[in-house]
Amino acid sequence: MSKRTFVVWRGNKDGGNFVEYPVEVEEGMVVLDAIHQIQRTSAPDLACRWNCKAAKCGSCSAEVNGKPRLMCKTRLDDLPGEEAITVKPLKSFPIIRDLVTDVSWNYTVNKKIPPFTPKKGADFIMQQSDVDRVQEFRKCIECFLCQNVCHVVREHNQKSHFFGPRFFIRVASLEMHPMDALNRIPQIKKEGGLGRCNITKCCTEVCPEEIHITDNGIIPLKERVVDQFFDPVQIVIRKITGADKPQPTE
Amino acid sequence: MSEISSAVDDKGLGATGRRDAWWVGPLLVVLGLSAFGVYSTWAAWTGNNYLLTAGGADYLSPFYSPDLKSLLGISVPFSYAFLILWVPLGFRASCYYYRKSYYRAFFLDPAACAVGEPKGRRYKGETAFPFILQNFHRYFFYLATIVLLFLWYDAGRAFFFADKLGQLHFGVGVGSIVMLLNVIALSGFSLGCNSLRHLTGGKLDCFSCSAAARTRYKLWGGVTFFNLRHMEWAWISLFSVGLTDLYIRLCCMGVLHDIRIF
Repeated sequence: MSKRTFVVWRGNKDGGNFVEYPVEVEEGMVVLDAIHQIQRTSAPDLACRWNCKAAKCGSCSAEVNGKPRLMCKTRLDDLPGEEAITVKPLKSFPIIRDLVTDVSWNYTVNKKIPPFTPKKGADFIMQQSDVDRVQEFRKCIECFLCQNVCHVVREHNQKSHFFGPRFFIRVASLEMHPMDALNRIPQIKKEGGLGRCNITKCCTEVCPEEIHITDNGIIPLKERVVDQFFDPVQIVIRKITGADKPQPTE
Repeated sequence: MSEISSAVDDKGLGATGRRDAWWVGPLLVVLGLSAFGVYSTWAAWTGNNYLLTAGGADYLSPFYSPDLKSLLGISVPFSYAFLILWVPLGFRASCYYYRKSYYRAFFLDPAACAVGEPKGRRYKGETAFPFILQNFHRYFFYLATIVLLFLWYDAGRAFFFADKLGQLHFGVGVGSIVMLLNVIALSGFSLGCNSLRHLTGGKLDCFSCSAAARTRYKLWGGVTFFNLRHMEWAWISLFSVGLTDLYIRLCCMGVLHDIRIF
């Protein structure tokens, strides 16, 4: 057993400090284990959100050594051994206390997206080829690491007119669903601010579920926006064939 | 237990808690794209040493293909390359992979994930001019495909050598192989294009609902195969174009001698 130093941010919305804690390290430990040890031995009032400890609930998101990660999925032996390990709350969301942030903005965005709306007389016997594509998006555990790392939110704080990567893939999963009847592309272009995404792929880099958020979700949505708003040939074809799906009503 | 700092909010250019060498990636992109930009501009500007005919060969530099000088028979007061290069330039500049690369490396928007950006900029992403023009990527893809077809013709033509009477005979020179590898690399890049992926099948909501949809699903799968390595194809093809021009140029200048394998 060896010792490592953890530097953990402590505070609330009014401010705080980084505080050093020594931690007894065992083989196989993850950062969340270390935080629990700190709670047990040094700081019982250290606030930290967690639930499953199996990378499936998406609760224990934090920034470890500056990178947005799930604490339960970050092994200590993957971090440089000689340095102190820094743990701080997600930068893009308001701090409640210590490592716990207020992620309620995400739920507000979620409510804006019209839910799955089946076509009239939809036949729900689906082929695997159709299931596969939308299934990838349903792996999302809503850890909001992608929302946190997206620079439109993180650096430019454009939450009021931007949905963020998590909700782009939610829209993608609905738009690419063969039984869905709605057209959410105008909404994602205007209200969702899809054009503000400059596809720098940070969302994909941090996704613990390894969803190809940019390549399989955002870029296909951008191409659908091009179909409906920028490509004159596609616009004319749609006008002639009347192929538009209905848009959601307010 | 001891307090060591009071800052949680990293702000400003380069501000980050990351300890890895996050700056290496953007730096390599700056070096790679700058090197190619300088060389290709110079090579296009010169307007010479782009067609090797020595030894009966017919090697045309990809910067000057299609050979508009012969095809159109017109004279322009600048290098013919400038009539062509805006097409591959537009295709690459609006490519989703290159967009990621240069937004990060040149615009620092962001330079790397969870790394601070320059302060005081009003960010609009791709919703305003000039970046809203990225939405026309598919049109550059169409034009680049026409250029690519000419490059395939050139690569095929590079396997035929003229004798003293002007008759063509099959043969293989180092240049033939260089041109073939270049056009294969360019095709790998084009076949992984995200717009092509969308147009072949990505725009469909149902892959199984008709015979045409099932065919398009297969095409979509093929494009996806190339798309998974789009970054690699982008860099390989970028350098293959530059190196192919360099090989032909050096042969034209007499610095290199094109070896006939048979």
